[in-house]
Amino acid sequence: MSVSLLYAFAGVALCAMGGLGFTVLEHLLRKLLAFNLMGSGVFLVLVGLAQHRGVPDPVPQAMVLTGIVVTIAATALAVVLMRRYYHLSGQTGLVVCEERKEPME
Amino acid sequence: MTPWLMAGLLFTPLAWAVLTLFPAFRLGRVLTRLGILAQFLVAAGLWMTVAQDGGFYYPLGGWKAPLGIELRVDGLAVTFVVLTAVVACACGWHAGDYLSPETGRHRYFWPLFWFLWAGLNGVWLGADLFNLYVGLELISLCSVGLVALAGNVGALRAAIRYLLAALLGSLAYLLGVALIYGQFGSLSLAGIQALVASAESFPGAGVGLFIMILGLALKTALFPLHGWLPPAHGIAKSPVSALLSALVVKASFYIAARLWLALGEELGSFVLAQAVGVAGALAVILGSWLAFCQSRLKQVVAYSSVAQIGYLFLLFPLTFGVPDSVVQLAQQGIALQVISHALAKAAMFLAAGNLILSVGSNRVEALAGVSRFLPFSLFSFALAGVSLMGLPPSGGFTAKWLLLQASLASGQWWWLAVLLLGGLLSAAYVFRIYRASFVESRGQDQFYHPPRVLEAIPMMLALMSLCLGFVSEPVLAVMSLPFEEGG
Repeated sequence: MSVSLLYAFAGVALCAMGGLGFTVLEHLLRKLLAFNLMGSGVFLVLVGLAQHRGVPDPVPQAMVLTGIVVTIAATALAVVLMRRYYHLSGQTGLVVCEERKEPME
Repeated sequence: MTPWLMAGLLFTPLAWAVLTLFPAFRLGRVLTRLGILAQFLVAAGLWMTVAQDGGFYYPLGGWKAPLGIELRVDGLAVTFVVLTAVVACACGWHAGDYLSPETGRHRYFWPLFWFLWAGLNGVWLGADLFNLYVGLELISLCSVGLVALAGNVGALRAAIRYLLAALLGSLAYLLGVALIYGQFGSLSLAGIQALVASAESFPGAGVGLFIMILGLALKTALFPLHGWLPPAHGIAKSPVSALLSALVVKASFYIAARLWLALGEELGSFVLAQAVGVAGALAVILGSWLAFCQSRLKQVVAYSSVAQIGYLFLLFPLTFGVPDSVVQLAQQGIALQVISHALAKAAMFLAAGNLILSVGSNRVEALAGVSRFLPFSLFSFALAGVSLMGLPPSGGFTAKWLLLQASLASGQWWWLAVLLLGGLLSAAYVFRIYRASFVESRGQDQFYHPPRVLEAIPMMLALMSLCLGFVSEPVLAVMSLPFEEGG
């Protein structure tokens, strides 16, 4: 097994851990961190799998750079929404205790 | 001519998104209406170019793949570009009068709207897997922002749930891209298709395709992954719900369909195709049933979207392991279903928004008496319902007719039951709204009457979806135009 393949497997493991956290954890910030962990796992797979032919390949690196930018944007948006949500409702999770009457639209 | 059209298609929305970032709502509205007109002309121009000369590849800015962005302009893509122009034009115009200029945050509708449009055009024209991912993410982030625009706790909760689902779906898609790229060393869909056809078995690529389709199904809200859709579409402002239901969910479906049609035959399996089909069938039946049970008007329409999305996924079983003529029929049926649902659902959400605006409540029982004082919006709602039920001469009828023929020709008769039952159930939930609105409870007119233009826009969309059945022949002709490789 080559080193790059090791990277790919580590990426898969990270992805699985992140995925598990994402579905199981309740707290929104933890969910977000799990998402970021998953993202790192995917990037590792992307670079690791593509490098294992032995020649350096610029395409996956460009993809990962773009992917990181996208992930940062998504994380920023999520943090803003969660902060606002916390200010308005005082809750850190999405589960609603009792069904409140939603205002119109 | 072509470079200008292509630049107009992608550059105009991005430029307008930046332009409308700072001005107040009213100035943004004026700017957007100018931009909508420009964009509409460009889309129509591109459609005519493709209808005359056929499809082509276009490297953006002269940079070739793999590091540049190459766009694939074919009949199907250009049809969806025009569809997007029509629906976005209607929703943008409607929003200008529907959203109140006094609420400060409403001015952010304009930049989000334009970024969304840019992302949609990018997805329709994308030729490689990674740029499709970027387009998808742009669309998701804008949609989430648009849902959160309503501003209350419920909307924020729906927006966060939507964001988490969308992010999970995108990452699953990207993981699939990583596996496929690791296997083939190529990102271009056409290139991978050629590689798959030329060589033996690819164990990793099959898993990659499966993960990608799973992620895209989550983003398209295929049953049982639909949990995020009804709250988000139900609570957003009506023009936003219309945009999301009509176009946004179609973008991820479009990618899934392109992947399946290119790679499904070699990398997919009969079980996977049937499983996706069964999920679609369950979505049609349970989604319609849940739509029937909802007490809030926009939730009815949102669950109806879940049901109508179910039909789209019949594409998977109907194109796997069947003759080419059946594949053609199924493709045409699904494409028509996408178009007619987009027009009808946009009309329905906009009309529902008018009804809610005039009765001042979003509950179905509150509609009592609205038929006498607001017949025009109610009529648009019903016309859109005709297309959803699949009655002739609507586009929905032609689509379901083609799907019916495809399932008979492929020997998969069990999908017939889904098509028939789905039509009946959608009739049930549309008539439930009608029944509620014909109840005479109040003698006099206590309703707020929305401006004429708000009532006219859903009517135009509903008429278009109704008349799609008459013009389906030329529309399908452009969609299936021969594609010049490397042109």
